[in-house]
Amino acid sequence: MSGIPHDHYEPKTNGEKWLNSRLPIVGLIYDTIMIPTPKNLNWWWIWGIVLAFCLALQIVTGIVLVMHYTPHVDLAFASIEHIMRNVNGGYMLRYLHMNGASLFFVAVYIHIFRGLFYGSYKAPREITWIIGMLIYLMMMGTAFMGYVLPWGQMSFWGATVITGLFGAIPFVGDAIQTWLLGGPAVDNATLNRFFSLHYLLPFVIAALVIVHIWAFHTTGNNNPTGVEVRRGSKAEAEKDTLPFWPYFVIKDLFALAVILVVFWAIVGFMPNYLGHPDNYIEANPLVTPAHIVPEWYFLPFYAILRAFTGEVWVVQFASFITGGIVDAKFFGVIAMFGAILAMALAPWLDTSSVRSGKYRPMFKWWFYLLIIDFFALMWLGAMPAEEPYATFSLIASAYWFAYFFVILPILGVIEKPLAQPETIEEDFNAHYGKADADATPAE
Amino acid sequence: MFKKLAIGAAFALALAPAASFAAGGGEQHIEDFHFSFEGPFGTWDKNQLQRGLQIYTEVCAACHGLRYVPLRDLEALGYSEEEVIAYAAGNFEVFDPELDDFRPAIPTDHFPANDGVGAPDLSLMAKARAGFHGPYGLGINQFFKGMGGAEYIASLLDGYTGHEKEEAGTVLYENTAFPGGWISMAPPLSDDQVEFADGHPATVEALSEDVAAFLMWTAEPKMMERKYSGFVGVIFLSLLSVLLYLVNKRLWAGVKGKKTV
Repeated sequence: MSGIPHDHYEPKTNGEKWLNSRLPIVGLIYDTIMIPTPKNLNWWWIWGIVLAFCLALQIVTGIVLVMHYTPHVDLAFASIEHIMRNVNGGYMLRYLHMNGASLFFVAVYIHIFRGLFYGSYKAPREITWIIGMLIYLMMMGTAFMGYVLPWGQMSFWGATVITGLFGAIPFVGDAIQTWLLGGPAVDNATLNRFFSLHYLLPFVIAALVIVHIWAFHTTGNNNPTGVEVRRGSKAEAEKDTLPFWPYFVIKDLFALAVILVVFWAIVGFMPNYLGHPDNYIEANPLVTPAHIVPEWYFLPFYAILRAFTGEVWVVQFASFITGGIVDAKFFGVIAMFGAILAMALAPWLDTSSVRSGKYRPMFKWWFYLLIIDFFALMWLGAMPAEEPYATFSLIASAYWFAYFFVILPILGVIEKPLAQPETIEEDFNAHYGKADADATPAE
Repeated sequence: MFKKLAIGAAFALALAPAASFAAGGGEQHIEDFHFSFEGPFGTWDKNQLQRGLQIYTEVCAACHGLRYVPLRDLEALGYSEEEVIAYAAGNFEVFDPELDDFRPAIPTDHFPANDGVGAPDLSLMAKARAGFHGPYGLGINQFFKGMGGAEYIASLLDGYTGHEKEEAGTVLYENTAFPGGWISMAPPLSDDQVEFADGHPATVEALSEDVAAFLMWTAEPKMMERKYSGFVGVIFLSLLSVLLYLVNKRLWAGVKGKKTV
């Protein structure tokens, strides 16, 4: 499967040969877990495993939760309390699922920004990147719909606000919103379809994850230097790589265990830290909460959505040239989805031939600023829509777009990259020294 | 490198509850009461919970329900099965569709809902209000104190200034803990309103604290079990981390050119 030369599975016994000639599944598994992996991967490369774990955790806890949950506007809130009080271990299942979503997003954001820094999106890994962005979009949809299921006040009003975004689309918006909700407002039909989709999408995500892995197993992993693995011969490739099993499996599991210590402490000792108290009040269409705030992982894009008000000249200009079709609300929606699209387009917006940010002296600083910008947007998304936050939001949103559409294309042209190591082996040895000749490599 | 990861993750988590602190009101004052159940090792004070139940039954239950709380769960407060049966039958009547009539409550029933005067249900009140949001709104103190719902309830009950005003035919009472400062609930507690069998003091402040602790229990009855699971999980996962660290170190030693023992 991989373009990097390595040993393949050879069936030895008659039984193995029998199976292999009918279904080469052992060979497939062997090639997948023995894939040659650049040996200089650093700790930023562990989040893939964390993400796989999160998906499994959410699916397993979710399937059990569904056994006790009732998707009906009159019963949903009470059924959650039933899980919390009467179901054996139900409080842990539910808190694990709730906080599991947060761990999922912590992991996905670090995973994405790792890709942005080390240029993992660049040729030949564009497909891996695009599939990853699709997974991220699906995750957001799944998390949003999952948040509606407990039928608390934030569930209800969050659903009302977010589906309202689709109502901003000119001409067909209202029809689309009604179609999404299954009626004129958030009600039982909405809860039921969100429940159905919340159960379905994780399996779509699982399928996309397989494609994601397939894609980067074809191109090989990127690595902190961005230098490709030598592929001239098996012997050459082996100087740059180590098999995924056991080296990276054990390393990743170690990192996962450390992360789970923190995760478990949060679930055990402050499980409602990341939630909103209002969601412990049953949904009431007649009472609007004082502040409707999305979950923390949506805040950066929520800030972008709100940043473009009618007073901003870009918005007024867009409204003017489209004859009023693009109003402030619709512009905000375009900006929010545009901010995600901008990330997806990174492979074609970045003109630099150097992958890794380590060897790009100017890029580095713009990238660090992007990280700060991301946190600033997250903070601003939680602030009320008033001055000075509105102006800050606009500046922070502008930087987000400028990074992808202006800075990335220009930097590639004007920046003078630093010297990169010739090979991965050279980079690895610079860090850890050459292996002793007499040291026995672990099996 | 790990430090960086940890700081990054902590930062991401720390920013999150900014969401909830944005919702905080103007000049609310939430007193930081010290409850026995706070912190990773805090446990219920069952005597306090029993006093809280007594206050709820004698005072709050007149207007507020606890619809999500099964009466049988009261055994967790240290009552025997017989005591719970007697408490249920002696205090509440529930409507039984089979009899088409009211009958005395039994432990398998829930506390009745009470929508009579439009007072909110109290089952989850201690989780539906955040008392405080920690230094700089980061909420990190949840680790030690919880989100402060019990503090909010106690502060509210103990927060009446004695002033009242009439607005559109409703009497409002000034309260230092309530968002906006004026609440429509008349001061429910007064000194020595409830008499405890063990002679425990019954000032407004003491009563407020006791009933707040009880409402924390109704909102999160499995808090101790949860903390125990958290404790066991953290211990085992830490142990697993150490083992995996050692395996990983040994595994890579051969490739990294560093010798192990």
